[in-house]
Amino acid sequence: MNSLIFSTISRLLVGLMLLFSVFLLWRGHNEPGGGFIGGLVAAAGIIVYGLAEGPAMMRKLLRVNPRILVLIGLLTAIVSGILPLLQNSAFLTGMWVFIGATETEKGLALGTPLIFDIGVYLVVVGGVAGMVIALEEEL
Amino acid sequence: MPADITPQTDTYSDSEMIQSVSRSTKTAFGSALITALVFFLAYASQIGSISSGIPWTFNAQWVPRLGVELAFRVDGLSLLFGLLISGIGVLVVIYSYGYFKSHRSHARLQWLLLAFMLAMLGLVSSDNIILLFIFWELTTITSFLLVGFDHENTKARRSALQALLITGGGGLALLVGLIMLGQASGSYLLSEIIAAGPVITDHPHYPLILGLILIGAFTKSAQFPFHFWLPNAMAAPSPVSAYLHSATMVKAGIYLMMRLHPSLGGTEEWFYTLSIAGGITAVWSSMMALRQTDMKLVLAWTTVMALGTLTMFLASDLRIAALAAVTFLLVHAFYKCALFLAVGNVDKRTGTREYDKLGSLVRHMPITAFVAVMSALSMAGIPPFLGFIGKELKYEGALIIADNPWLIVIVAVAANAMMVAIALTFIFRVFLGGQSTITRAPREASALMWIGPLLLAVAGLTTGIFPDLIAKSLIQPAVSSILGTQTEVTLSLWHGVNGPLILSVITVAIGTLIFFKLTVVSRAINNLVEKLPLIGDTAYESLLNGTQLLAARLTNRLQTGSLSHYLTIVFSAFVISVAASLLYYPVTMDFTNLTPVTPLSALVVVVMMGAAIVAAFSNVRILSICALGIVGSGVAVLFLVYGAIDVAITQLMVETLFVVLIATVLIKLPRFPGQQHPGKAGGLRDASIAIAAGVVMAIVTLGVSLAPLDMTVTQFFEDKSLTEAYGRNIVNVILVDFRALDTLGEVAVVATAAMAVIALLKVRVHPQGPQS
Repeated sequence: MNSLIFSTISRLLVGLMLLFSVFLLWRGHNEPGGGFIGGLVAAAGIIVYGLAEGPAMMRKLLRVNPRILVLIGLLTAIVSGILPLLQNSAFLTGMWVFIGATETEKGLALGTPLIFDIGVYLVVVGGVAGMVIALEEEL
Repeated sequence: MPADITPQTDTYSDSEMIQSVSRSTKTAFGSALITALVFFLAYASQIGSISSGIPWTFNAQWVPRLGVELAFRVDGLSLLFGLLISGIGVLVVIYSYGYFKSHRSHARLQWLLLAFMLAMLGLVSSDNIILLFIFWELTTITSFLLVGFDHENTKARRSALQALLITGGGGLALLVGLIMLGQASGSYLLSEIIAAGPVITDHPHYPLILGLILIGAFTKSAQFPFHFWLPNAMAAPSPVSAYLHSATMVKAGIYLMMRLHPSLGGTEEWFYTLSIAGGITAVWSSMMALRQTDMKLVLAWTTVMALGTLTMFLASDLRIAALAAVTFLLVHAFYKCALFLAVGNVDKRTGTREYDKLGSLVRHMPITAFVAVMSALSMAGIPPFLGFIGKELKYEGALIIADNPWLIVIVAVAANAMMVAIALTFIFRVFLGGQSTITRAPREASALMWIGPLLLAVAGLTTGIFPDLIAKSLIQPAVSSILGTQTEVTLSLWHGVNGPLILSVITVAIGTLIFFKLTVVSRAINNLVEKLPLIGDTAYESLLNGTQLLAARLTNRLQTGSLSHYLTIVFSAFVISVAASLLYYPVTMDFTNLTPVTPLSALVVVVMMGAAIVAAFSNVRILSICALGIVGSGVAVLFLVYGAIDVAITQLMVETLFVVLIATVLIKLPRFPGQQHPGKAGGLRDASIAIAAGVVMAIVTLGVSLAPLDMTVTQFFEDKSLTEAYGRNIVNVILVDFRALDTLGEVAVVATAAMAVIALLKVRVHPQGPQS
């Protein structure tokens, strides 16, 4: 699509959407958001960019082959499930560390569910973006 | 039928060829040989204790919930089969090493032989009937692979498939029969089923159980009307035919009938089914054997005859019948295996198995000829071979079985007379006399290839002269297992002048007569065969073709390649099935407690309905897609109105991406092509399906949302979300923690679908063939 306005806006938009997608991923545990929604937003951003600049630039933006991204995401999610096995807990049991915990405050809770959500995010981004790239390239 | 191994490869001397055998082949051969030997010695070491009535047992848990355990029990019957399988296994493995030498698939053959042998040993040693079935199927599969060994040959592939379909189909019936047997008797252990005595025969399901199990046994052991696969299975190489389709696997059905004899036998159903099927098989196949000129096919049909005879004798529950069956089983294994291997030698050295073309082979292949003549004499039942004792026992049994023995006597005499004729043909037309048309003088087979058949032939002679060698140790325990009670067995060569001996003399006389009038007899049989209705192979062929035709038609009807056709089927099925269950379980709706409709949601719904109408009636694709997107976004807004923010965002994103994706594809396509327009009737049909689907879906949704909800799970999530999973967004906590396994599965689906879409898009179909 040869439109200077669209192309300029899309470059601004993709940065914002990617940032927003990470924000959604991060806050998802307590506020609306999460890996799936974040991944969809990121993929939408990449697609907007791709509509303006073409599939080759989408690949360049992603840096990694989308199929590899899908596999990394899937592995990340599985690894987050395997970690608790080392503690003799069941597969996918949440493991937590509390940063800055005091007597009264729990502090910042970080756990394997976050790793799992990052995996979901990567699968969604890689899968959706990969399908659109393939469509754009082949049609 | 062509020779299964082309004799042209046979130009080097044996020692050179053996040296060129690859290392992988040697590994396979060594493994097969050592395993067979170890099993043979292990079985042999148990002869003492088992013949005194103490079985060898082994039990281990496997799938305890389903009552499947690794239960093995070797009693007299298992021991006899085990010794035959492992002992003949040793000889066949050695023979195959000489037969295949540097054949490029030799290693595969040896591994398959080993796999088959283990499956067969498992079958005859299993105490659990499900375990027995698993081994049963394993022998079917290895048999399929071995019959199709020469897989570049169309006929071999067809025969392999036929053997698989027939014995596999019988296996299905057998599985149901065995499960019913287990349920009816309350135990899946053979030893317990048999120890319980003949309780099954009084069970109301007995006829069904018997029928299903017998279908399994009859298909495996090539009984009429399933007999035809066995001669076709002769597409396998000679050692395979000798081992699987004569000495061992085809006797699995016989084994099963012997094994279940105490629990299922003794009834009129059992007696008549077995004696009629066995009798028809025996007479029919010995007639078929007479009209063949390919020696391997002759042997194949005589094997069917032997199986028929065994079945016929198992019909009776008399001691003498069981004794005759067991003895004949052993006799047959000795002589038939040796004959198959001898014919394999002839085939290998002369390139033909047609006995019209062969003659006086004793001059060139003396050892093979010696083996063949000895085995043929045992087949004919001439003293002092074990075959004579076997035949005398058969006649003794036939004379006292049932109220009207003459039919069984006539069947036995007729079948045996034809065996005599065939044996005489082998001896005087092929090995000792007759004229050869082979130009090149054949050489004797290598030692590897005559040692096995020679040992078998000698065994047939030795046990004939000294029957006490096997009477107490092997025959008696096996007979006891069949009858379910301990019995005494004595065998002797000479019984004095009695009924059986007179019948023997008559048999030899008739057999000699047939031998001298062979051309007349085989012409008469050919005339008879042409007049009979087509059965067996032809019926199988038309059934198979019919099934394939039906499948092709069904596929053409269902897989039209038209998306609107698929959607019509899917939504019609949905409407019919859901509407049917709604009629069966009516939904009661209570509208009193509904939340009031807000102006915002009313507005959204009106917009959605308008967009849906536009989508349905638009002639421009991109407009339809955008209208659908509006409908979806409206759903997202409704989610938002009712507070499901996460779901709303997801829905909105999915709708957006959906429009982009579809638009990317559709923008490249032409406008709606005219010929795809459904027309007035089609439009009406599509509209009614769409409306019906909408109505049904609305009723279901209303019914679900109006039903009183069990809040236990919701309450649990609300209580535990923050305290145990440290998250306030319950939706996300459910996704990544409480129900993370579900999410993992869904993510895997997303990944698989994406991979599949990418891969499909990368495949290019070029009508003019692949382009580089």
